[in-house]
Amino acid sequence: MAAAAPRLAARAVSKSFGLVEVLTTIDLRLEQGQVHALIGENGAGKSTLMKILCGYEQPSKGEVVLDGAPVHFSDSAQAERGGVVLIHQEFNLAEQLSVEANIFLGRELRRGMLLDEKQMRARATLLLAELETAVGPRQLVSELSVPDKQMVEIAKALMRDARVLVMDEPTAVLTARESEVLFRQIARLRAQGVAILYTSHKLEEVKAIADVVTILRDGKHVITAPVAELTVDQMATYMVGRDVSDLFPAKSALADAPVVLEVDKLSVPGRVAEASFTLRRGEVLGFAGLVGAGRTELMEGLVGLRPAHGGVTLNGKAVHIHALGDAAKLGLAYLTEDRKGHGLLLNQKMRPNLTLLGLDRFSHGLIDEGAEDRALDRAIGEFDIRAPSREVNVGNLSGGNQQKLLLAKTMLVEPEIVIIDEPTRGIDIGTKQQIYGFIDRLARSGKSVIVISSEMAEVIGLCHRVYVMKAGRIVGELAGSAISEAQIVRYQMGIEAMRAA
Amino acid sequence: MTTTVSEPHPPVRVARPRFRLGVLGPIVALLLLAILGTWLNGNFLTINNISNIVARASFIGIIAVGATFVITSGGLDLSVGSMAAFTAGMIIIIINNAVPSLGTGWAVIALGIVAGLAIGAVGGAANGMLVTAGRIEPFIVTLGSLGIFRALITFLANGGTLNLNFQAAETYSPLYSGNLLGVPLPIIVFAVVAIIAEIVLRRTPFGRHAAAIGSNEQVARYSAIKVDRVRLLTYVLQGFLVGVSAVLYVPKFGSANSSTAVLWELQAIAAVIIGGTMLKGGFGRIWGTVVGVIILELIGNILNLQSFISPYLNQAFQGAIIIIAVLLQRTRRAAG
Repeated sequence: MAAAAPRLAARAVSKSFGLVEVLTTIDLRLEQGQVHALIGENGAGKSTLMKILCGYEQPSKGEVVLDGAPVHFSDSAQAERGGVVLIHQEFNLAEQLSVEANIFLGRELRRGMLLDEKQMRARATLLLAELETAVGPRQLVSELSVPDKQMVEIAKALMRDARVLVMDEPTAVLTARESEVLFRQIARLRAQGVAILYTSHKLEEVKAIADVVTILRDGKHVITAPVAELTVDQMATYMVGRDVSDLFPAKSALADAPVVLEVDKLSVPGRVAEASFTLRRGEVLGFAGLVGAGRTELMEGLVGLRPAHGGVTLNGKAVHIHALGDAAKLGLAYLTEDRKGHGLLLNQKMRPNLTLLGLDRFSHGLIDEGAEDRALDRAIGEFDIRAPSREVNVGNLSGGNQQKLLLAKTMLVEPEIVIIDEPTRGIDIGTKQQIYGFIDRLARSGKSVIVISSEMAEVIGLCHRVYVMKAGRIVGELAGSAISEAQIVRYQMGIEAMRAA
Repeated sequence: MTTTVSEPHPPVRVARPRFRLGVLGPIVALLLLAILGTWLNGNFLTINNISNIVARASFIGIIAVGATFVITSGGLDLSVGSMAAFTAGMIIIIINNAVPSLGTGWAVIALGIVAGLAIGAVGGAANGMLVTAGRIEPFIVTLGSLGIFRALITFLANGGTLNLNFQAAETYSPLYSGNLLGVPLPIIVFAVVAIIAEIVLRRTPFGRHAAAIGSNEQVARYSAIKVDRVRLLTYVLQGFLVGVSAVLYVPKFGSANSSTAVLWELQAIAAVIIGGTMLKGGFGRIWGTVVGVIILELIGNILNLQSFISPYLNQAFQGAIIIIAVLLQRTRRAAG
């Protein structure tokens, strides 16, 4: 190993949010002219570690070291001044400004009181040419394609003399060809001596472009090794494997229950291609896959929230669902993953939120507020919703209690099939367990549940059967004891495709 | 049920019962204005003066009730003043043209009334369709229709004034000047409209859905609410109430021209905001709007009753009240 100090390093960094420790004594060394890949499952702590390195978060313990000296980045601007730049998954670009204005944003060149536009354009043109991109300095960012925007982000970082470039899943939004261009840029930057930290869920990609790989699991360091020493399979094995058995209720038996829902070649234009699947009575069916694989879009298409086409058969009868109201009437309910943006009215109280979906059950011309109050009483009891008072605005409830209220709201319409998108995102472990228990009871009572989850443990611990989606297609199906983390990862990474049917 | 110990709840922060200025603000303002008026002029608190004020407020008041629905659902209608003028003009034209065949009795008036209500509703539906099916910002749509309706009334009156057939006007007149048990008819209509509207907004699925859409359209969509249909209905309702207002307006003056109902849209929106409805939608209350519209009318009345301040400053006071009302809304949200 090089004797010189690393460009940027984390030394025994830990991070806690409240009582939950998301990173535990992590060491990471980013060397000059080296591409370092950081991999791990969702929730393994990759993003948090990157944010700490780039000044977006402060470590609870441990320190960040730049060129051998401990530093304390109090914000990202300070990190940028030290040459450490994070490129986000969602771009931080001013859409209505030109490319050159974005590249120089906050660091505009001046001539006296005025902007030195000539100089800025000349330097932006040069930089874009170096990056071998066709993007022009005067184009508006809003008119650019996603990969072009990424180029602008990279140009912006370079203009800030980035010596350490941290890239959060840069290829998640790129096609294979666009990724190739990005990899050439990365190789070029490496040759210039830039230290690069790179995350990706695509293991072949890591194998191809990284020099060193670090694997995290549950906030802990698993291994750091030269990429050449690990196979893709070994990486996947290191990423998975943990004991979660006690968090989940025992799965109910599922003997030859009838099929209640059959979806045949359902397509959501641009997002999902010909997805076919079945759901049995009393079954908990999982949908695994990476963020952006089309799972949410598939379900939104199924329940009429998005235009979709394909066959849907409910209890043996073909049905046509054009709006969410149709789905609700057929006993099909969908719980959004975005409870704050799509699920609940945060500036209203619990009662109107609870009954919003099933309001027709509480009104004959006029709304029966007494009946609503009684329903709220029952929901508070049944779902153990803990609120300081009934008059509190829903926005002031904790995430867990919001999720319980959203569950209660959906269950008010007495659905036979419930689709729950990310049932436990952003909620504490105790509430998680309650929600798992609730899903289990629902299935045992003869309802059917579809769970979309990016948490591998949840899919494995909860579901009788799992479909894996990748890039808008269902690429794998696993049932019973065949459901394993390694196998799901193999499907969702594209290492293995479903055996030809 | 009886044996379980209650769950360990998080410590309850008991809200101090505090004076909610944002909630009661409009009523307090109304009371202060009434006290001021009485102090300035002994004639202020006479039944005659008060009933005059409310009767005058009822035209904009009825329109403002509709505006409360539109604004609560996150919309806006700037065209109501022009639409009222256009509708009044159409009522006059239709009555005048029907007099030869129907005479000057109640039949012809009834035709005018029905036509007025229908024209208002259709005008509102046009706004609503452009907003929902056309996916255009309500501000832009109704700014456009504001100009169109204003131009149409000017065109119909040929730049001058449309006058109602004299005998028909005689028949029609009691609808404005008449009273029921001593209460002027416009006040009765205003009150009936407001009471029904309060119930609709607070106690029907339509009202609840309108507030939900104004609060967060996505949540409404994900709660199986037919967002476009509810939106459209708020504009139709607004247009219909513009029609009601025009139906009461025509017998008052018996005429309509290009300066009829100018700036009513701003008065109506101001009344809604003063009343405590959120301009960005999500929460509305009809009683607040009623109080708001009376406050606006009171300011003008009080300025006329005294001699220290020029009545020409009327709009300045109205403007100040609107700004204060919004400031109070902001503190309410911060406290909420």
